Amino acid sequence: MSNNDNDIILASATSLSTLTINDISKDGFGYNPSVGPQSNNITQETSNYLLSKRTTSITSPNSIYDKSIINKKTNEISLSSLSFLFCEIVNWCHKSSKGIQDLETRLNGLGYTVGQKYIELIKLREGFKTNKREIKIIEMLQFIHGIFWKSIFGKTANELEQSQDVSNEYMIIDNSPLMSKFISIPKEYGELNCSAFIAGIIEGALDSSGFFANVTAHSMAIPGFPLRTVFLIKFDESLSIRESLRR
Amino acid sequence: MSKSSNNRYNGDDIWKNNTEKINSELFTLTYGSIVSQLCRDFNHNYHEVNNQLDKMGYNIGLRLIEEFLAKTGVGRCSTFKETVEVISKLGFKIFLNITPQIENWSSDNKSCSLILPDPNPLTEFVELPNLKDAEILKELWYSQILCGVLRGALQMVQLDVDVNFVKDTLRGDDKTEIRLKLNKFLKDEVPAGED
Repeated sequence: MSNNDNDIILASATSLSTLTINDISKDGFGYNPSVGPQSNNITQETSNYLLSKRTTSITSPNSIYDKSIINKKTNEISLSSLSFLFCEIVNWCHKSSKGIQDLETRLNGLGYTVGQKYIELIKLREGFKTNKREIKIIEMLQFIHGIFWKSIFGKTANELEQSQDVSNEYMIIDNSPLMSKFISIPKEYGELNCSAFIAGIIEGALDSSGFFANVTAHSMAIPGFPLRTVFLIKFDESLSIRESLRR
Repeated sequence: MSKSSNNRYNGDDIWKNNTEKINSELFTLTYGSIVSQLCRDFNHNYHEVNNQLDKMGYNIGLRLIEEFLAKTGVGRCSTFKETVEVISKLGFKIFLNITPQIENWSSDNKSCSLILPDPNPLTEFVELPNLKDAEILKELWYSQILCGVLRGALQMVQLDVDVNFVKDTLRGDDKTEIRLKLNKFLKDEVPAGED
């Protein structure tokens, strides 16, 4: 074929009204209204023209997006594997951090990306069952505390509380958070709570759902539950305005 | 392979009754988050990322072997062939709930390949961003941490083994293959920790 393979297909006349039955496009290809349907007949020439157009496929059948995430049975692996991995993650973050605060921020950041992805997955999977989208803070928190927690950690969180003193502050409490189960904090790191990673997961999930918040993890041991952790969720000011409009 | 050896290395019971389990997706996403963090920390120098993943795995392996021996109670293996079978049918089974296939033994029985199922718990949901960064496909071994784990754990049972990836479906290969090569049996000594 000629060098005009990649050119766009040009009409043979400047406007429709000037077309006559003798107007045939350069390639012999294209609809000519004055000829009518016949101009669309597939001839050797027109089919050659179509077949020689180079195309690039933009979807590949092996892409991960083609796999079903709904019908799939979720796999399980050993909790130890996750604990070993998490331990190395804390180690790595610790090495590159400047202090406890910095370390928690790094863990939070890593968790954040997990939360962003997990909320999408869980919404696709469980959204069918609940059949709605949470638009109020309380509903969203119940979703996080219940369905979200259950599918990610295998159990729901223990308590969900609202702060009496500060508006916009809520707390999700887990008596034994999964990630810190095998972690003991040295004395000199008294303030550190590695559940900052989980706080990051919650923050990522809330932010991606349009509930902008800051989430921090605080150890609050009670007898019997030495690892009890409070996840303090502080929502952005703008949410209280939105909330009042939806009342 | 005789039937009795099949039963002996059956991790199903340990997996079913003696393992606390969690959702593998949390593990997958957590691993993904640290790999991408490492890529940023090392400014997309993927050789460094592979190295660091390998080190992390090595540290894990040193400690993981203890839990492995406690749970399975396997004794010393008489041949490397037996060792690899234990790794696949017990090790991978009770920690990751997969059983890689063993293939491609060399004639001296010192090296072989483990073929990981696809997707495995590390690579589910994973696609390497090959359009933006062509080097990643050539250089990054996404699941390199596994090599470190095997190397570390085997060292603790006095086996000096080279472990590395030769193929990865994430790179577009037809399968995911880890190559193991036995160098020597170590004398009893405490290995130096590696951070």
